[in-house]
Amino acid sequence: MLRLGGAVEKTFMIPYNAFHFKTLCTAIKSLGTMSLTLEQVKRIAHLARIEVSESEALSTQGHLNGIFQLIEQMQAVDTTGVEPMAHAQDLSQRLRADLVTEADHRAAYQAVAPETEASLYLVPKVIE
Amino acid sequence: MINASLKQLSQALAAKKISSFELTQLFLDRISRLNPALNAFVTVDAEKSLNSARAADARIAAGTAGLLTGIPIAQKDIFCAEGWRTTCGSKMLANFVSPYDATVIRKMESEAGLVSLGKTNMDEFAMGSSNETSFFGPVRNPWDQARVPGGSSGGSAAAVAARLAPAATGTDTGGSIRQPAALCNLTGLKPTYGVVSRYGMIAFASSLDQGGPMAASAEDCALLLNTMAGFDERDSTSLDRPVEDYARDLEKPLSGLRIGLPKEFFGEGCNAEVMAAVRSAIAEYEELGATTVEVSLPNSHLSVPAYYVIAPAEASSNLSRFDGVRYGYRAPDYGSLDDMYMKSRAQGFGEEVKRRIMIGAYVLSHGYYDAYYLQAQRIRRLIANDFVEAFKQCDVIMGPTSPTTAFKLGEKAADPVQMYLSDIYTIAVNLAGLPGMSVPCGFVGGLPVGLQLIGNYFAEAQLLNVAHRYQQATDWHQRRPTGIE
Repeated sequence: MLRLGGAVEKTFMIPYNAFHFKTLCTAIKSLGTMSLTLEQVKRIAHLARIEVSESEALSTQGHLNGIFQLIEQMQAVDTTGVEPMAHAQDLSQRLRADLVTEADHRAAYQAVAPETEASLYLVPKVIE
Repeated sequence: MINASLKQLSQALAAKKISSFELTQLFLDRISRLNPALNAFVTVDAEKSLNSARAADARIAAGTAGLLTGIPIAQKDIFCAEGWRTTCGSKMLANFVSPYDATVIRKMESEAGLVSLGKTNMDEFAMGSSNETSFFGPVRNPWDQARVPGGSSGGSAAAVAARLAPAATGTDTGGSIRQPAALCNLTGLKPTYGVVSRYGMIAFASSLDQGGPMAASAEDCALLLNTMAGFDERDSTSLDRPVEDYARDLEKPLSGLRIGLPKEFFGEGCNAEVMAAVRSAIAEYEELGATTVEVSLPNSHLSVPAYYVIAPAEASSNLSRFDGVRYGYRAPDYGSLDDMYMKSRAQGFGEEVKRRIMIGAYVLSHGYYDAYYLQAQRIRRLIANDFVEAFKQCDVIMGPTSPTTAFKLGEKAADPVQMYLSDIYTIAVNLAGLPGMSVPCGFVGGLPVGLQLIGNYFAEAQLLNVAHRYQQATDWHQRRPTGIE
């Protein structure tokens, strides 16, 4: 699996330290006028593992800032005490019996892979 | 035959007036003649379709046919179908031949015996409202080929509108069934979240994505939903509910129906002529015995901002699977593993998809998670609660599907925010997980207008009833564009 740098892993930790609350408030307040810098755009692209050229980063910066302006409308809403809604139906995940239910499809699934050898997916060397 | 309803086609097949093979050939001929201009289909495999048609004819001959056995259908290219190229409108999957069937495909083809005519064009990974983000080029609206068909199920919409197929499948994450249905004069239904299996339906935003039918009438949609819906243990969010006949209430009279009109949908922001068509549809409902009541969805203006945090966040996670390792595009030249990821994704994804992945990566990143992602999820709750309150006063909610008729190709392509706002009336329904429909209700300057119907959870049969009775009293849904003879 592709890991999106450190960012995505951290999201599932307890969000934002209370001790940094002041920093958070300042960050949000400044967001209204602040725009993403070119460096931030490049950093996000790297987190998302998408290569961007200098000119792509520039046009992306303009578009993302436009979109974030739209998103900023949310910050005016007081949502204190509102439970975040992660899903359309508030259901808990269904569990299934721990039994083998699938047949072996390796050959079919690997037939669509860019490069395989001896049933393994080939990628550039990671460990020297 | 090309304008026949699914019920009429079913009767013709049962009476041996036409074979599935002949019917399939008829639509394949139309596709080869009309698709080059419309670009509604990205993949057609006549031999494969005709083989399915032969199998359907065998079932009909053997007396084991179901109601829809032998009827051709167009499949949105977001559904994996074994042996079919399945692209999701992306270069990333331009050569991907699916090794398995989505549950929707399995139910429609293997169980119901419908015949797939091919895979329809769509916005890349369903991210768009005009079908212009497709790697395979834009789809043209059969009502005016200088205009978009809407999106993301734009190919399905254009295919059915031009009668290249009797009906089609679509998917709806923020309006992608309803908005193109409105712009192409079709009836489209997005079911309650969890009613149609998402297994094998390429994921965009998993807590919002839902498949559904697009057809010429509510009756056709009901018959199709009967084949598509149902519990699937392979989708962890599929709902285990008793099987329903979604056509059971079609003929119920509408007297006493309470229609809620959200004041937020009837204010500024909607084209005046579109609004006039919507209002006259509501007047028609009053003629049919319904009453109206003003309701309020006070947080609906926040649905677009909340959606553009939640959907990209989920997309950035879902689309991390496209890494050039197990399937899909791999860049021809690269150095390290990281370089292979970065180049494969940079070259394989289009601009809009990259933008949304980046928004998602940002709103999920440390320090912004609370301010954006959790805040959006809290607003999502407020939006869902608004509907709960509104449904205390009414049975069904009505308003416009889209604030305008079909816009011109290129008109909004350069400005993502303008494009996003074209889904202003549809997105809240996905956030809440409710069922919604679009029904043809008139024309402005020769272009179709859609009336949106929003139901309470699991009220699909009621929505279809409400749409069907209107379609018995009006003929908007029977109008066809010119130049498709």
